[in-house]
Amino acid sequence: MRRLARIRLLPVYLCGFIFFLYFPILLLPLFSFNSGATVAFPLRGFTLNWYAQLLQNATMIDAAMNSLTVGLAVSLVTTTLAISASRAITRYRFPGKRPATGLIMAPLFLPEIIVAVAMLLILLQIGIQLSLGTVVLGQIIFCLPYAMSVLIAGFEGFDRSLEEASLDLGETSFGTFRRVTLPVVAPAILSSFLLCFTVSFDEFLLAFFLSGTRTTLPVYIWGQLRFASKLPEVMALGSLMMLLSITLLTIAEIARRRAEKRVTAQGGPHA
Amino acid sequence: MPDRPMIEIAGVSRNFGTFRALDDINLTIAEGQFFSLLGPSGCGKTTLLRLLAGLDVPSAGTIRIDGEDCTEIRANARPTNMVFQSYAIFPHLNVAENVGYGLKRLRLGRAEEDRRVAEALEMVRLPDFGRRKGNELSGGQRQRVALARALVMRPKVLLLDEPLSALDKKLREEMQIELRSLQQSVGITFVLVTHDQYEALALSDRIAVMFAGRVAQVAEPMEIYQHPATRQVADFLGGMNFLSARIAGETGETLTVETDRLGTAVLRKPAGFTASGNRATVGIRPERLRVLWDDETAPHMLTGRIASRAYFGETTSLAVAIEGLDAPLSIVETNDYGADELKIGAEIRLAYDPEALVLVSDPAA
Amino acid sequence: MKRTTRSWRDREDLRGLALISPTVLYALALLLVPVAMVILYSFWKQSFMTIDHTFRLSNYEAAFTQPIYRALFLRSLWISLTVSLVTVVMAYPVAWYISFHGGRNKNLWLFVITVPFLTSYLLRVMAWKVVLGHNGVVNSALMWLGLIHQPIEALLYTANSVVITLVHSWVAFAILPIFVSMEKIDRSLVEAGRDLGDSAFRSFRRIVLPLSLPGVISAFVIVMIPTIGDYVTPTLVGGRDGMMIANIIQTNFGQAQNWPMGAALSVSAMVLVSLAAGIMVLLLRLLVNGVRR
Repeated sequence: MRRLARIRLLPVYLCGFIFFLYFPILLLPLFSFNSGATVAFPLRGFTLNWYAQLLQNATMIDAAMNSLTVGLAVSLVTTTLAISASRAITRYRFPGKRPATGLIMAPLFLPEIIVAVAMLLILLQIGIQLSLGTVVLGQIIFCLPYAMSVLIAGFEGFDRSLEEASLDLGETSFGTFRRVTLPVVAPAILSSFLLCFTVSFDEFLLAFFLSGTRTTLPVYIWGQLRFASKLPEVMALGSLMMLLSITLLTIAEIARRRAEKRVTAQGGPHA
Repeated sequence: MPDRPMIEIAGVSRNFGTFRALDDINLTIAEGQFFSLLGPSGCGKTTLLRLLAGLDVPSAGTIRIDGEDCTEIRANARPTNMVFQSYAIFPHLNVAENVGYGLKRLRLGRAEEDRRVAEALEMVRLPDFGRRKGNELSGGQRQRVALARALVMRPKVLLLDEPLSALDKKLREEMQIELRSLQQSVGITFVLVTHDQYEALALSDRIAVMFAGRVAQVAEPMEIYQHPATRQVADFLGGMNFLSARIAGETGETLTVETDRLGTAVLRKPAGFTASGNRATVGIRPERLRVLWDDETAPHMLTGRIASRAYFGETTSLAVAIEGLDAPLSIVETNDYGADELKIGAEIRLAYDPEALVLVSDPAA
Repeated sequence: MKRTTRSWRDREDLRGLALISPTVLYALALLLVPVAMVILYSFWKQSFMTIDHTFRLSNYEAAFTQPIYRALFLRSLWISLTVSLVTVVMAYPVAWYISFHGGRNKNLWLFVITVPFLTSYLLRVMAWKVVLGHNGVVNSALMWLGLIHQPIEALLYTANSVVITLVHSWVAFAILPIFVSMEKIDRSLVEAGRDLGDSAFRSFRRIVLPLSLPGVISAFVIVMIPTIGDYVTPTLVGGRDGMMIANIIQTNFGQAQNWPMGAALSVSAMVLVSLAAGIMVLLLRLLVNGVRR
């Protein structure tokens, strides 16, 4: 009896936990469809007004385009850098591997504000004008640990004899990378790209410090939060961003699983 | 048998840090031969195969393939192809694309490429598998694809790294026969790495037995089995009873030895044999000892007691304690006369043939 | 014929270095050098529009003696400590459930739990403002139930609201390291423990808990260190009583234009939180070693 009780208790806790995790987030779409002018209970009625207003908001659309550009640039550069770094880490032995890995992963263990002020300091010191470009520079550092975790996992399961087989069949090193290595880890690369894009798209603090006069979506939202009357519209924007993030993350997860499946399917002797 | 050398390995060593994986290897492999590198894991046989493939470079020595110095030539420029232990089937390509992978670089044209792929798949008896993905194949089929992918390149030498070790016993035996007949039909030099002595004996024209980065013996299968050069080789290739003997006489090629219980014999000296003092080690295979039933007699007999037994279905293995010998003799008997009914402690008589005794080099003797 | 070849194979280390160096150089230039710069600045002094480059400790003196800074440090430390403790305690059973009872759906569970972490931080904090606000969900619900007649003002703009919001933000992230360390536990060890007569709880205490300790420690550190420097949460839901050190750092780099002071506060925050995390890790180790017996 005691055993049964204990096993039942945990799923209840888990449901509560999931509720705690998702409930506040679900409020965003809820209020984005609420016709009341203030974000408070009780709900008034259903409306699509906030979304309509949002789509006519030129400042918002400008910020969205900025976020898109920054997101694409960040995910492209970060994934490229992470591909070569994670390949080095998983494939070769070389001196200084641990400190190098530590440095690349460090942003995970640093307060973001310190990363932000440090970058601000160095950029202003060198005399670089703050712009969307500086946001890209900063967010790459911030996204690298995420890209690295995905790609290291992708490369780790990679059977080295696949590359040797390609060399043995007459292909060059570069041709082997292009014809075997890249296609086999392609799902992991896609997953890293999408993950970086999502993280960059939602990233606020670095963009806030490094963007100068240009704004990205999170910086735009930050500016709007002061005005209570803008809140429902921000809720609508937030819901759309959330939807985009979840969609991209789901695709990234599916890609990651395909990568995993590929790796286990080629498991050779134990297949 | 053609005797033109296809592979000449001279003074090859390979060090990994301070570990010496290969130590001064000298081997010649003739054209068209099925050659096996046999040894326990860690003996350096796979390292040697990788040097032949060009996937690794020796720390010292040279490797010539078909008369050409290949020591520094990379894998993609060598006339060798390899079947990997894991088969290394490209998971993102189908069977035909896997087999045609290396042909792509030769720019043969689509039609010729397709023809050669089809031909290769035919050869390994997978004609209708072209469109399947690598992960939809069974172990045996993956192995055939790996074979076809290498053979389609028409290499001068085919290298096989434990190609059958991932298969179950029955399939392994089938593939052994197939591999042997394939080699005979294409006539390419095969170099097989294996730790399975039966596989090496069944498949090879010649075998090199390796231990700890050195070649212990190179010979034809029967020679290796019947006249192992060292105690280690004898032990690795099936069971062997070892006896200590006294050297009573020596000529250039033979040694006369006196054993404690198995009489005196004149035995051939294995290559590289050097006597240390007047002691030598001789061996006799368990299947060369025979149980004498009822009142049967033989010119050379021993009496002993059964110390232990193990039943293997068609055979029974017995350990027979003989007075005057340090260790019991192990023998293998087929069960058709009732060896499976012998009890531990029973007294039995054994027949042996002094001709079956072999002299082995034994550093410990 | 003996010779040694130093050919392409032997240069494995060079290939590795070549592949990793672009990323490392990037991180050096935009992370290590900037952080070193911050440390350097913290020993200088702002005098009007120029920087006095002589080495001095006056910024640190100010950071540890001025009451406003001291109060913010203490509060930030307290908040990050509370958040990481609560987070780990909340995350542990979830990680345990997924690892030991997740079955085939382990990956799905992990995905469901990490998705909120990867969506906009700003929006999540904003959502808590809606939950805890004057007319927020909690107040509305309590009033509807008739439990209160006036909205509780103390829900929002306090240190507590900061803690709740931060826990929500980080709890998913804490699950991952704990989960990973649990996955590494050889299941036969647990079975062996049971086989040797341990009760379920005892085998948990003697096997699962100590072996998952590395995960707990990294979860603790991975939450505690970043939270001390959180800026968004205290600004949005903290009010006056929930201000943290990041707010004053931002002010020094922003309006106040006192970079050396901001730098000294940043470095102090880093050092303090590292010390605090180190002490907590040691305590945790001792504690687990204690219950193990």
